[in-house]
Amino acid sequence: MALIIDVISWILLLTGGVFGVIGAIGMLRFPDFYTRLHASGITDTLCAVLIVVGLMLQSGLSLLTLKLLLILLFLLFTTPTATHALARAAVLDNIEPVLAGNGEQGSENPAQTGEPSSKS
Amino acid sequence: MRYVISLSLLLVVLWLAISGVYKPLLFVLGGASVILVVWLSVRMDVVGVEHNPVLFSWRLVVYWGWLMGQLIKSNLHVSRLVFQTGKVKPRLLSVPVPHEAAVSKVTYGNSVTLTPGTVTLKLTDHVLEAHALDEESARELEAGHMARKICWLERQGEKEN
Amino acid sequence: MLTATTMAVFLTMALALVRALRGPTLYDRIVAVNVFGTKTVLAVALITFVTGHADLIDVALVYALINFIAIVTVLKLVKTRDLASDESTEQS
Repeated sequence: MALIIDVISWILLLTGGVFGVIGAIGMLRFPDFYTRLHASGITDTLCAVLIVVGLMLQSGLSLLTLKLLLILLFLLFTTPTATHALARAAVLDNIEPVLAGNGEQGSENPAQTGEPSSKS
Repeated sequence: MRYVISLSLLLVVLWLAISGVYKPLLFVLGGASVILVVWLSVRMDVVGVEHNPVLFSWRLVVYWGWLMGQLIKSNLHVSRLVFQTGKVKPRLLSVPVPHEAAVSKVTYGNSVTLTPGTVTLKLTDHVLEAHALDEESARELEAGHMARKICWLERQGEKEN
Repeated sequence: MLTATTMAVFLTMALALVRALRGPTLYDRIVAVNVFGTKTVLAVALITFVTGHADLIDVALVYALINFIAIVTVLKLVKTRDLASDESTEQS
């Protein structure tokens, strides 16, 4: 039984690590600031959830598990807030997102928002 | 006053859970820090502002489970896009926010940001402006599953009280 | 396995640092620093288990909180050039 839990936890930990690296690669490959926010979203959500849950399985039922759960909760509540604050600050600073609207998708996606950036 | 007591209780439980060392001196220090935090919260006028029955319904657990599922789905989707950057077609979109309570609106905005592929740019009383990584993510948000889930969460919370 | 995952997290942090160095905008750098911070939390949590020092988890816990405050503070500083300014007037 202990072995099964160990194996599950290893799988969770390793997939978490893989997702972290994928997110980081995305941060390097995506074209502009706003798209990079999505890549950072991968490393901040799924990667964190998988690694922390994997560690919780390792620690069994103890105070340590509770603390890991608290870390997970803090991360899940604070990262979207930080991401949103970043996006909002960038919008207010008139950083224009690269949009697909100029190219072949143009007719399909009329600019629906009043954002100044949709003029680009 | 009700909120002050519930906040104090929450902080005491949190402190006991994190501390793990139970000696008289530490109890005194813990009690002092709880009192300090409660006093600061009262002084900042934030006590009770974010206490909402919506938050403490058992249906929240169901919502979190559902959100986890969405999280995994959208993560896999964005991970695929990382290796096919040609398919990245970012666009802006705005969706209506049908919720009444401020907590529900914030939950909506945060959930949208939490799922990769969509990021909340601006959240006003009735409209949420978001940046989506590609068509699929945008359509997922526009379909409004998430908004309806939170409406359900909100409604159930009211019924129980 | 723990070591392998820790290495993966370190690799993520290194790649985030590359993005932080390359920029190009200030916000790109802040995103990178944000990712670096959350990965530090995970790295410390992992190191707790690699070394077996259970007390280290408290470091991760505190870092998770401080990281969030740091990002918001940096953003506020960047935006207003004044840490004590009252933002409530310009928030919508």
